[in-house]
Amino acid sequence: MTVTTPDETPVAEVPKSSGTRLVDRVFKMRELAILVVFLVMIAITQAGNSEFLSEQGIKDLLLNATILVLVATGQSLVVITRNVDLSVGSTLGICAFAAGDYLHGGGNSLIAILLAVLLGVGFGLLNGLLVSLGQVPALVVTLGTLYIIRGVDSIWVGSRQITAADLPGGFVDFGSGGISGVPWLALIALAVLVATAYYLKHFGSGRELYALGSNPEAARLAGIPVRKRILAAYTFCGGLAGLAGAMYLARFGNVDSGTGNGYELTVVSAVVVGGVVFTGGSGSVYGAALGALLLTSINSVLPALGVSSVWVLAINGILLILAIAVDRVVALRVASALKKRNARHA
Amino acid sequence: MPESLTRAVRWDTVVGALLVVLLLLSFSTVDGFGNALNLSFLIGNTLPIALIALPMTLLVVSGEIDLSVASTAGLSGAVMGKLWNDGMAIETIIPLCLLLGVVCGLVNGLLVTRLGLPSLAVTIGTLAAYRGIAQIVLGSDAVTDFPTQYLDFAAGRIGNTFIPQAFLPFLVLLAIAVVVLHATPFGRSLFAIGANEEAARFAGIRVRRHKLILFTVTGLMASLTGIFWALHYASARYDNATGLELSVVAAVLLGGIDFDGGKGTLGGAVAGVFLLGALQNVMSLLNVSAQSQIVVTGVLLVISVLGPRVVRQISIARAAARSAG
Repeated sequence: MTVTTPDETPVAEVPKSSGTRLVDRVFKMRELAILVVFLVMIAITQAGNSEFLSEQGIKDLLLNATILVLVATGQSLVVITRNVDLSVGSTLGICAFAAGDYLHGGGNSLIAILLAVLLGVGFGLLNGLLVSLGQVPALVVTLGTLYIIRGVDSIWVGSRQITAADLPGGFVDFGSGGISGVPWLALIALAVLVATAYYLKHFGSGRELYALGSNPEAARLAGIPVRKRILAAYTFCGGLAGLAGAMYLARFGNVDSGTGNGYELTVVSAVVVGGVVFTGGSGSVYGAALGALLLTSINSVLPALGVSSVWVLAINGILLILAIAVDRVVALRVASALKKRNARHA
Repeated sequence: MPESLTRAVRWDTVVGALLVVLLLLSFSTVDGFGNALNLSFLIGNTLPIALIALPMTLLVVSGEIDLSVASTAGLSGAVMGKLWNDGMAIETIIPLCLLLGVVCGLVNGLLVTRLGLPSLAVTIGTLAAYRGIAQIVLGSDAVTDFPTQYLDFAAGRIGNTFIPQAFLPFLVLLAIAVVVLHATPFGRSLFAIGANEEAARFAGIRVRRHKLILFTVTGLMASLTGIFWALHYASARYDNATGLELSVVAAVLLGGIDFDGGKGTLGGAVAGVFLLGALQNVMSLLNVSAQSQIVVTGVLLVISVLGPRVVRQISIARAAARSAG
C-alpha cells in the first residue's frame, strides 16, 4: 500500500515502509507546529505593537535566539543518545570569560573564539569520558561538573568583570553587526545548525546516535561503538557551548563569574519544547532550534505587548509541560495507528 | 561470607563513616565548630535540605525524581507572605500553603502517572512554572514581619543546647519516613517499582497510585520546607530556596540512593545531607571561599556515583578471589 502525495517527487531509493513515513510525517508536523505557534505569536504581537517587527526588532529577535540555538543544537545530540548535559551553562560562562580575558590581554579575535571552542571541547570530553567510560548516570555526572566548572570559574574570575571596553572594537562590532537585518552571529548559528542537521540525517555515525538513543543495548549488539558515539556527542555539545560563550561575549560584551548561571534549564526546555524527546532516539536539531527561537521570542513578545516580565518564567514552564504532554499524546496515537496498519498488512 | 563482606562496604555505611570522621576531626581541630551556636546553625541551615530529602529518597528509590521542590517551597513562601500582607491569620495561612504544596505535588504526579511523561522533564517544567507563579504572586517584595513566636520557633534553639527547636519535628518526620520505607509493604513495593516497574506491576503493585502518593507527599514536604525557610530566615521572597533542588538531589545521591532506582536507605540519604551540610560549615569556618565549596560539592557528587561502582567492583573482585582461593 502506497499513499502518493502530490508534492512528493518519486525517488529511486528503496521505498520507505508506510510506517516510517507516517512517523516521519508526524515529526515534520511536530516542527511545523512549533513554527506555526511562533508565527502566530509574532503576528499577534505585530498587530498589537507595530514597532515590533522593525529592522532592529527582527535583529534583536535573531540575536537573542542565536546563543540558545547554538547550545540547544549541541544539547540535542546528547539528548538524542538518551543522555543529558547539565553543565552547558557553566561551560558557556567559563569559555566566555576565557575568551574575554584573552582579548583583554590584546589577543586576536579569531584565536579567542577558537580558544573558547577548544575549552568547551575539553569540558565536553570530560563529561563524555565520565558518562561513557564510568557508565554512570549522565544527570548526576553533569550536575557534578555543573558545580565543578562553575566553582572553578568563580575562583578564577573572582570579582573581575570583562566589559565591552576591554574588547577590541572589531570584536564588539562583529557581535552587533550583520547583513542588513541578519546579524553575523545568527548566520554562524544557522551554519552550525544546518551542518549538524545534515550530519545527523546523512552520515552513518549520525544515524547511529538515534539508534543508540532508542535502544542502547540493541545498538551495542548491532556493533555500534556506543561509548565512542556518546563521547563524540558530549564533545560536540561542549564545543558548541564554548562557541556560544564566545558569541555571548561578542553580543553582550559583559562577562563575570555568574555568566550562564541556570542556563542549562533554559537549554533543556528549548530542546524538549522542540520535540527532542528525553528518552532518546528521536527529534531533530531544527526542532530544538525552533524551540529555542520560540522560548527567546516570548521574552521579547511579552514586553512588546505591555505584559509584565514576571509572567515569562511561568509561561516558559507551562509551555514546556504542554509540549511534552502533546508529544506524548501524539506518540500514543501514532503507535496505535501503526499497530492498526500492521494488523491490516498481516 | 562474601555477602556480609558486600554489606560491610555498602556505600551508605561509607557515607555514614565519612560523616562521623568529619565530625570527629572538626570537633578536635576546627576552632569554633563545637560550640552550641555553630552546631545549631549547621543543623538549622541543613534542615530545609533534610526535610525535602526525606520524600525525595522515596521518589528516587522508586525511579522517579522531582526537580520542582525548590520552586514549590518558594511558591509556598511567596503565597504565605502575600496572604500575611493581606492580613490573614497565620494559623489559616499555613494549612492553606500546605494544601498548595499538595496541589503542586499532585500536578506533578498526575502528569507523570496519567500521561506517562518522564518525571525529569515534567518537573523541570513545573520548576519554571511554580517559580514563575511565585514571582507573579509576590513580585519583588520581601515580607519579613511574621509573628515573633513563629520566627522564634523556626530560628531558635532548645534552651542553650545546640539543637534547634525545629529539629525535633524533623526527627519525628524522619522516623515516620524510615518506618514507611523500610518497615512497611508500601516501602518494600517502592524498591520493587524502582528495580523493575514492569515486574512490580505484574506482581500486583499499584505502581501509578504509589507514585502519585509519593509526588503528592513530596509537594507537601516541599511547601512545609518553604514555610520553614521563610520563618527561619525571616523573609518571604519569590526567589526563596532557589537552586535547593540540586542540593537535595546531590545529597540524596551522595547518600547512595541509586538514580536508576531500586536501591538506597534513608540512613544513607540523611548521612549524605548532613555530610554536605557539615562540610560546608567546616569550610566556612576554615575561610574556604564559597566558590571552592561549590567545587567540593561537585567533586563529591561525581565521586558519589563513581564510588559505589568502585566499591562494588572491589567486593566482586574480593569475592572472586575468595572463591578461587
